[in-house]
Amino acid sequence: MHIRDLVVSSLNILRTNRMRSFLTILGIVIGVMTIIAILALVQGLNASVEEQIQSLGSNTIFVQRFSWSAGRMDFQEIAKRKEIVLDDAWAIARLPSVDKIAPQKDYEIASLNYQGKTAKQVDVTGSTPDLQYTTNYTIESGRFINQDDNNHKQMVAVIGGYVVDNLFPTEDPVGKYLTIHGRRTLVIGVLGRKGSFFGQSQDAIIIMPLTSFEKIFPKPTGMQAVFRGLSIQVLPKSGKYLDKTVDQIRELMRRRHGLSYDKPDDFGINTQESLRQIYKNITNVAFIVMIGVAAISLLVGGIGIMNIMLVSVSERTKEIGLRKAIGASNRNILYQFLFEAIALSIIGGIIGTGLGLGIAKLVSKVSPLHAAAPIWTIILGIGFSAAVGIFFGIYPANRAAQLNPIDALRYE
Amino acid sequence: MLIHTEDITKIYKIGSYVVEALGGVTIDIDKGEYVAITGPSGSGKSTLMHLLGCLDTPTSGKYFLSGTDVTSLTDLELSQLRNKKIGFVFQTFNLLPRITVTKNVELPLLYAGITAKERQKKIESILERVGLGHRKTHRPNELSGGEMQRVAVARALINDPEVVFADEPTGNLDSKTGKEIMSLFNDLAREGNTIILVTHDATVANYAKRQLKMLDGKITEEVLVKTS
Ligand SMILES: Nc1ncnc2c1ncn2[C@@H]1O[C@H](COP(=O)(O)OP(=O)(O)O)[C@@H](O)[C@H]1O
Ligand SMILES: [Mg+2]
Repeated sequence: MHIRDLVVSSLNILRTNRMRSFLTILGIVIGVMTIIAILALVQGLNASVEEQIQSLGSNTIFVQRFSWSAGRMDFQEIAKRKEIVLDDAWAIARLPSVDKIAPQKDYEIASLNYQGKTAKQVDVTGSTPDLQYTTNYTIESGRFINQDDNNHKQMVAVIGGYVVDNLFPTEDPVGKYLTIHGRRTLVIGVLGRKGSFFGQSQDAIIIMPLTSFEKIFPKPTGMQAVFRGLSIQVLPKSGKYLDKTVDQIRELMRRRHGLSYDKPDDFGINTQESLRQIYKNITNVAFIVMIGVAAISLLVGGIGIMNIMLVSVSERTKEIGLRKAIGASNRNILYQFLFEAIALSIIGGIIGTGLGLGIAKLVSKVSPLHAAAPIWTIILGIGFSAAVGIFFGIYPANRAAQLNPIDALRYE
Repeated sequence: MLIHTEDITKIYKIGSYVVEALGGVTIDIDKGEYVAITGPSGSGKSTLMHLLGCLDTPTSGKYFLSGTDVTSLTDLELSQLRNKKIGFVFQTFNLLPRITVTKNVELPLLYAGITAKERQKKIESILERVGLGHRKTHRPNELSGGEMQRVAVARALINDPEVVFADEPTGNLDSKTGKEIMSLFNDLAREGNTIILVTHDATVANYAKRQLKMLDGKITEEVLVKTS
């Protein structure tokens, strides 16, 4: 029997048994739907996380008092660590593999003011001119802070789009004075917009010279000192030397902190890779759970198919006998039932994939999650269901194939 | 010789209970013969037909179909033999209920791997031949008993078999329809088809030119009928 005839006749049989076919594939539909929906959402999440991580400035190294990826932080221990100081930054700048550095401090201020208007929860950063390169800032108008501003502790600032929206909705901010922490500060430039990072706007920012920053903000104490302390952004000469640069910085910092070889680092060297590592650690768990869910639902779907195929074999015993009498070989019968099982599960897989993508789309419409369905998720969904069809269809099909034609013909 | 058996037996074991359905049957049937196997119910007629039709293998003895030793064939070879050389007509018609007359008749052609175009042609002509040209797209439950049996006959003939076996073909039909079916078999026999008819009904058996009478798994008597 030709494959095409086999396909046509199997589909015919499934069509004439519509209701049962539908009930049979329900398990597969639900299983594949779940998998595809979760996959599409995880893919979407991966893509947007990656995009956000990239937006940090792809090769920038952050030298801080703590490491991002250290699973559980011992704050007591971290608080006892040596502070990162400006001299560390100048030492790092002299490393051969380092291109640019920018020491930097943050302070989240309650408000900025300009002519009765207020911008709330703006992140104030104090840094040096090369921050523009280490964090990938673009300038929309005006200029970035320069060395002169730093040397003279000038009260100047570069502002992000959020600040513009709130304080200067209708006018050009450059050349205007806003009030920050009670101090008149000249706006010298506007940053290009960066969007948000994990739901937090990256445009709610104002950057000023580090020297001016230290002049107006008190030195943080306690836990604040840990998180608001100096951090050093480092840009290696080339992305190729990222690892080497990290090693050099580590060696340098250990030397500066006088750590003996058996002591762990008392500082953190963070990169995009550390962020990715954190994200991977989280999603690996999610992935394992998902595979478990998928396996269980496909198992349930597969058992459903096997069950119905067994019923079908016993119901159609006479048909099997007749087919053998008119020339079907064992193999013909095996293929017929196996193909029915595969066709059922593939149809289930297609419907499940469609519904799963639909659900993912819906979820991404009503929530901040994104959905992405690369072609391989669809191939995977359909491939998986075909595999389920083969795996759970082979036993009933084999039972049908092994029936003795006489016994089958006599069967009532 | 088309069919040649040597002392074939068939023994069924049901637990410790043993049934000798055939107790040594030796027959020869030539191409073109019209043979009736008769005998009371339980005498082994169907069992013999199943063995001759290669649906089952004998417990002992030899069976040659067109010179081939059937007992040595694999499942695949047997299925091809049943497909190309043998046609079956059953008492209960055994049509597939959910597919049309055309599709039912087409089945043996599918297993024979015949192309769609040729299938179409053969089906047309065979349905015409059995008088069902107007029933092509009907399903079995839309047909009368006589029509269903005609579909079965068409299906049996579609691959031009060397022998057609009919097991009580009129058993589920009223006598008038039964006669019509028997006259169809007569025509087929006259056209040169080899027909082996299994029946417990003497009037049906009388259509055949040669009658083999069975009792308790053995052929007890052979009658040659002079035909007009
Ligand atoms: N599959 C089987 N298992 C056990 N006994 C069987 C089987 N098939 C037939 N028989 C027995 O073999 C004998 C012959 O049966 P059968 O060939 O059907 O007779 P007939 O067709 O002449 O009525 C009967 O006694 C029947 O019960
Ligand atoms: Mg019988």
